[in-house]
Amino acid sequence: MPTQIIKFYQTGTFTVGNRLLDESQRTVQARMDRTNGLDCGHRACQGCGEALGARYAIDAAMRAAHNQIVVANATGCLEVFSTPYPETSWQVAWMHSLFGNAAAVATGIAAAMKVKGRNQVRVLAQGGDGGTTDIGLGCLSGMFERNDDVLYICYDNEAYMNTGVQRSSATPPAARTATTPVVGDRAESGAKFGQGKSVPLIALAHQIPYVATASVANLHDLEAKVTKAMGLHGARYIHIHVPCPLGWGSASSDTIKIARLAVETGLFPLFEGEYGEITARTPIRRRVPVEEYLKLQKRFAHLFGAEPDAPRIAMIQAIADRNVSKFGLDR
Amino acid sequence: MLRQIEGSRAVAETVARCRPEVICAYPITPQTHIVEGLSEIVKAGHLKPCEFINVESEFAALSVAIGASAAGARTYTATASQGLLFMAEAVYNASGLGLPIVMTIGNRAIGAPINIWNDHSDSMSMRDAGWIQLFAENNQEAADLHIQAFRLAEELSCPVMVCIDGFILTHAYERVDLPTQEQVDAYLPRFEPRQALDPDQVMSIGAMVGPEAFTEVRYLSHHKQLRALERIPVLSEEFREQFGRASGGLLRRYRTEDADTIVVALGSVNGTIQEVVDDLREEGVKIGSVCLGTFRPFPLAAVREALRNAGRVIVLEKSLAVGIGGIVATDVRMALDGVSARIYTVIAGLGGRAITKASLRKMIGQAQQDQLEPVTFLDLNVGIIQRHLERESKLRRSGPAAENILRDIGLVAARIG
Amino acid sequence: MAMFQIRIHGRGGQGVVTAAELLSVAAFLEGKYAQAFPSFGSERTGAPVMAFCRIDQRSIRLREPVMQPDALIIQDPTLLHQVNLFEGLSASGFVLLNSTRGIQELGLDEFLKPLPQGHCRSVAASELALKHVGRPLPNAALLGGFAGITGLLKIESVIAAIRERFPAKIADGNAAAAQEAYERIRTKEVIHA
Repeated sequence: MPTQIIKFYQTGTFTVGNRLLDESQRTVQARMDRTNGLDCGHRACQGCGEALGARYAIDAAMRAAHNQIVVANATGCLEVFSTPYPETSWQVAWMHSLFGNAAAVATGIAAAMKVKGRNQVRVLAQGGDGGTTDIGLGCLSGMFERNDDVLYICYDNEAYMNTGVQRSSATPPAARTATTPVVGDRAESGAKFGQGKSVPLIALAHQIPYVATASVANLHDLEAKVTKAMGLHGARYIHIHVPCPLGWGSASSDTIKIARLAVETGLFPLFEGEYGEITARTPIRRRVPVEEYLKLQKRFAHLFGAEPDAPRIAMIQAIADRNVSKFGLDR
Repeated sequence: MLRQIEGSRAVAETVARCRPEVICAYPITPQTHIVEGLSEIVKAGHLKPCEFINVESEFAALSVAIGASAAGARTYTATASQGLLFMAEAVYNASGLGLPIVMTIGNRAIGAPINIWNDHSDSMSMRDAGWIQLFAENNQEAADLHIQAFRLAEELSCPVMVCIDGFILTHAYERVDLPTQEQVDAYLPRFEPRQALDPDQVMSIGAMVGPEAFTEVRYLSHHKQLRALERIPVLSEEFREQFGRASGGLLRRYRTEDADTIVVALGSVNGTIQEVVDDLREEGVKIGSVCLGTFRPFPLAAVREALRNAGRVIVLEKSLAVGIGGIVATDVRMALDGVSARIYTVIAGLGGRAITKASLRKMIGQAQQDQLEPVTFLDLNVGIIQRHLERESKLRRSGPAAENILRDIGLVAARIG
Repeated sequence: MAMFQIRIHGRGGQGVVTAAELLSVAAFLEGKYAQAFPSFGSERTGAPVMAFCRIDQRSIRLREPVMQPDALIIQDPTLLHQVNLFEGLSASGFVLLNSTRGIQELGLDEFLKPLPQGHCRSVAASELALKHVGRPLPNAALLGGFAGITGLLKIESVIAAIRERFPAKIADGNAAAAQEAYERIRTKEVIHA
């Protein structure tokens, strides 16, 4: 009887990306020669989804661009925890200007590189949901409309985290934040139920070459999307969902699990689009009811307890259902 | 080359000869002709390599400039009034980061009430942001100052604002000697940045600085401006040697040697003041004027030196420190600390009101009779003020002040002066 | 030559600002110094606008609006009863009016009598423009009239300024209009004395 040789590997630093995969299929993170664009020593919280997402994205971009990138970063958690005076954990050319202008600063950098004939240098802009969906939307739209050669990455942890967890236009309904507190009428506690504000769809409406959503739960997918974006020119946008243990009130060891649940409930759809049309979506293999996702986060704790808030949980479920149907995420 | 040309056009053509690599601008009256001129020049291929970017707001304009300058490109933009305020955060950011951006301000009043005409309130609002501020007396200087500005900015790694009176200069046709490319190249070398975003020489720009070092960083920007006080006259002198005409510098004195009364002002009103000085001198009055070419850094020593022997100093300014009086006058008083002279603040020309020889003569006459208040508003219509205050005291819902006053004075377009 | 100040009145869209600029260019071409600038009220087509031009042998420093014009060019006679056009006009000043009607017909001769003989003229500038350019933009023709009435600038300079500013075909039309207005003034051709 033929036997199959089973390889056992010592787990440790390099388990990320699955070393059982063929070399060519491994993630950038699995390589020893990954650039660590966001190096260790930064001051992010334990379990920070944004730190993870940024490292994933920047390393993938570095590989795609043969290390020739410049990054413009908005004010926010990422900027603050990565550059505590007098240190920096960035191993890439990096600049921080203001809260709302990352996209415009990137436009300027790209123009300078073009003028100087440095065609190999690729420009990225990055910011949180605050700096992207709210205060930075004007500059972002301008960059999109001009089709400037910039890849903008938004790390969405669904609130203004660095200033103490205040509500942004990316904050999901019912979520508790410092400015959408759980007080008074229960039916109104936490963030309001509104229409939401999908910057990926806004980006799509600008008809730019590439738009995608990604999650820290799916490293391969995230890296593939960044790599694909880096292979294109013009305005590109990637929106990455990044749980925040502090702001969401979740266990720091649950970050990836929660990110995966967000995808599997349908609350965070994964898709790609080009020139205004959705071109690909990641179907949900195993649909999960929203409670499983919400229960792990104290920011939704008021929906549960002795008397669960069934109507509002149902409204959240309806949002998930609508996403699944709208984006065609059913298997 | 001598041209009869609109001020804005002269600025555009001169800026183009400074070889900016990135130009980004958002239109606002009265700067529009400058950016239109530059877009034409770039599009026609007369300036290359240059990226001309149409941005979606003034905040974006200066932000794009910040990115481009940080990446080592010579960068230019222009704005005025509301636009300067809209980019205020970026104004402080640019100087804090030490980026040598040159920006033209087409001086215009700030609303409310909305007003498109000239005064200096916009530049004054940013006077403490760390930018060097130069003021042009006429369109020749408006053009020339940009050449000096790029040189100064890049030498010191400090952004520079070139301020030119909106409409009065921007939209005026005047004789201007436009420099040749060779002349500019001989004066303005290639931009060699102190810092540049470069994947081959990785660095982080824009870190957070806490109490341990913030004061030192701020002191260094103060120090930069003090160095500018020395460099500005030197660069102006070099300009004179290279281009054959006096331009720029800290200040210019007109008939002040034996003057009892000296009028101090910024910008184009100096031309009118000099006419009045000449007329009065012919009548035997010992009067002179000082044209302040540099407002930031404020040339305390040079101003003191120019004014110390006058018994009477009249600071005529197109700006108002609401609740105090003068902005320029406050700085002049600081320069004259310890010197005994009567200092008068005359607020004039706000929102584009014409400053006439007749009004100036009258005001100076009053000063000479010691009948001028320490702070006055030139040509203030006291009747309107009184009527409005009465209106307000009688009725709570008295309506918007500006609209009430406009109704009082009738159609604006029917007036000449 | 002492400083000569011109004030031009018209309505938005009639090329008042361009007229002042062209005058300044014509003066420049003759080696003189000139300053031209607009005065804006609320800007819109049809609103009253003014533009100013100063001409001198020396560099011009004065920046106030022209309060005491040596010459007035009135591009739109409908302004006559709306705006105090003649304010500050010098005792030996010139008035050039765009109208098919003469000064007396317009009811102005009493008012303008104190001015020297021949200093007040009307010229049908809009009609000349229609004839030569196809559009009733009277500014170029009025500049030709100005050269004629004041003798301050040569018609050749005015035409050179026109040619510098406009594309060929329009320049030809404007130049012809200016020339004809100039000749009408010089030959004292009037509809009414």
